Amino acid sequence: MSGDCPLYTRLMASLRAKTSFNHRHLLGIGGLSRPEIEHLLDMADAAVKVSRQVEKKRTVLSGRTQINLFFEASTRTQSSFELAGKRLGADVMNMAVANSSVNKGETLIDTAVTLNAMRPDLIIVRHYCSGAVELLAKKVSCSVVNAGDGSHEHPTQALLDALTIRRRLGRIDGLTVAICGDVAHSRVARSNMILLTQMGARVRVVAPSTLLPAGIERMGVEVFRDFNKGIAGADIVMMLRLQRERMDGAYVPSLNEYARFHGLTEEKLFAAAPDALVMHPGPINRGVEIDSDVADGARSLINEQVEMGVAVRMAVLEVLAQHLPNG
Amino acid sequence: MTTRPIALLDARLIDPVAGTETRGGVLVENGLIKDVGARVTRANVGSSADVIECAGDVVSPGLIDMRASEHRETIQSISKAAAAGGVTSVCVSPESNPVLDTTAVVDFFVRRARDHDGVRFYPIAALTKGLAGKEIGEMGLLGQAGAIAFGNGQHSVRDTQVMRRAMTYSCDFDALVLHVPQDADLAASGVMNEGEFATRLGLMGIPREAEVIMLDRDLRLVAMTGARYHAELVSTTLSVDAISRARAQGLNVTCGVSINHLTLNENDIGDYRTFLKLMPPLRHEEERLALVEALNAGAIDVIVSDHCGQDVEDKRVPFAEAEAGALGLETMLAAALRLVHAEQISLPKLIRAMTSRPAEILGLPQGRLAKGTPGDLIRFDPDEPFVVDPTKLHSRCKNTPFDEARLQGVVKLAMVAGKIVHG
Repeated sequence: MSGDCPLYTRLMASLRAKTSFNHRHLLGIGGLSRPEIEHLLDMADAAVKVSRQVEKKRTVLSGRTQINLFFEASTRTQSSFELAGKRLGADVMNMAVANSSVNKGETLIDTAVTLNAMRPDLIIVRHYCSGAVELLAKKVSCSVVNAGDGSHEHPTQALLDALTIRRRLGRIDGLTVAICGDVAHSRVARSNMILLTQMGARVRVVAPSTLLPAGIERMGVEVFRDFNKGIAGADIVMMLRLQRERMDGAYVPSLNEYARFHGLTEEKLFAAAPDALVMHPGPINRGVEIDSDVADGARSLINEQVEMGVAVRMAVLEVLAQHLPNG
Repeated sequence: MTTRPIALLDARLIDPVAGTETRGGVLVENGLIKDVGARVTRANVGSSADVIECAGDVVSPGLIDMRASEHRETIQSISKAAAAGGVTSVCVSPESNPVLDTTAVVDFFVRRARDHDGVRFYPIAALTKGLAGKEIGEMGLLGQAGAIAFGNGQHSVRDTQVMRRAMTYSCDFDALVLHVPQDADLAASGVMNEGEFATRLGLMGIPREAEVIMLDRDLRLVAMTGARYHAELVSTTLSVDAISRARAQGLNVTCGVSINHLTLNENDIGDYRTFLKLMPPLRHEEERLALVEALNAGAIDVIVSDHCGQDVEDKRVPFAEAEAGALGLETMLAAALRLVHAEQISLPKLIRAMTSRPAEILGLPQGRLAKGTPGDLIRFDPDEPFVVDPTKLHSRCKNTPFDEARLQGVVKLAMVAGKIVHG
């Protein structure tokens, strides 16, 4: 059949869309299929190559406007998205909205509608409330990427973690991953739990009982309260930041006690698989959830995660741009 | 003003006290039920009465709602919404602006309510001044001004000593103490039921124990003081069991459940639907089913609308920041009829929980289908289907959790003291 038959072209386009990634927004890992995740990771692999060249500039987002809207302070995620957008040729604008509680959510909708009127193509949003990014996405006509909403999801973090693991170990399926720390307040933990189980990994969560949310055992993960048992034999030990600023009260008696029982040290790492790798979404609390010698050691993937962050975000922006009008 | 007698004929008469359903009519004259039963027929009522043929529709006493808020509403809007929903008596929460905690405000409310043509209103006065939970309210004076009972709105009284004194003092006036039990420390920053679903949504949870711990405290105080106590909203079987145990000890305690907790569960929150953010929060489906069973067994006394209008700007915000509360007056009956259609409860039993049972607790004469009682009646077709359209609701707000829901049960007529207020 001739390639210029319009019906055939449309059919092929829709087939490609179905087997790749067919969402307007990226609001969470929940709802993504395994092939969709793999497609994003494949694209991110290609983006890593681009980022390692001298000439890093591409044009897929040329003429597009990307707004980074951060209701919560962030350095690395915001700069990672900014760099990703710029490498793809987009015009990137950063908007840091003061974390003021005066007008609370009112400003969220108002800001969304205002920004929408400026006709951006992509909005990257971080907000301190779970579900806030989804709410905003309903009010705009462009594509929205969730850069972290409350304790809900942080999809690009989970994707970059998956990319890091896949590049290093060649697979995710069948690996044992221990996610350790403040699971209750962590959007990173939630997105990773969903993604890693979806990709066939065995996921454990390891935390003191006060930092384990209710019903966590029904999310397809094994639950451990004892750190040493939790990381025993694990291929990946993924540490979470202890979100001190987010805690209403004393979930743990002291940082000292937390570090003693739930902090990762060189000695404790012996319990994990012999060639176990260590990850952390950053920024790290040295001496609290992770010791410096582990964080800076040979088994640490922390810096690699940062590099993969840019690549994954390039992939996400590119894939969403394919579905933008006139794209 | 005297009105002509009205006869409702050929109806399915629901007598909530007897728990029966019979065929017949009701004759209302001078604001009271003059006669009721099979003998009320066209031949017997004479030509002096206006006759309404009900053609087999249900006729029951008008509903009595023990918990509704005037917040964001006016007397007129709430009255129309109530009448359209078959509610002819509304107890209004003290949580208003200003709070119903002084005789002047209660007196003003009573006058406003009296001067409009619609349903009956009963103010619930503040159990503690400003609902702050620090000082007990003027129960004697507020009672004289027309307060029907004393409650603390959405807020639990945290200080046990204050609650003890409020209960002790209430006995001097035989006042009814209403309370929504919730331990504020345990509920903390929770915004929905604690459990797997909250964890998936990344929202802070409120455990069931937050309710029953406070309720247990209250019941100990009831045993200590002898107060008449009504737990306004229970949302878990733990609370129902606590109430049942207290009753077995001979305590004078009753409880209510909101229509939302009987017909919805936490999963209805879906993708952060703030119209389903309620206090207490919607619970697990198992809890809902158990509440329905408790209602059927009489362990739960009354159903309330827990009507609470909220403006769009207080609801179209992230879930954690949204105000709690939902409209209820206009859809309470139709939503409750879901339980009848699902054969989980009989129609007379359901109606009792919204008529004679609240009337008994509040000491009101209406809510019965008996000669000499007030002519507050409703006629409805329990089977007629409709889709809830928020734009057509009479309330000034649109925050109905039954948005677009398919319900059955249309109120065709509502009558207060023999006067038609809807239909």
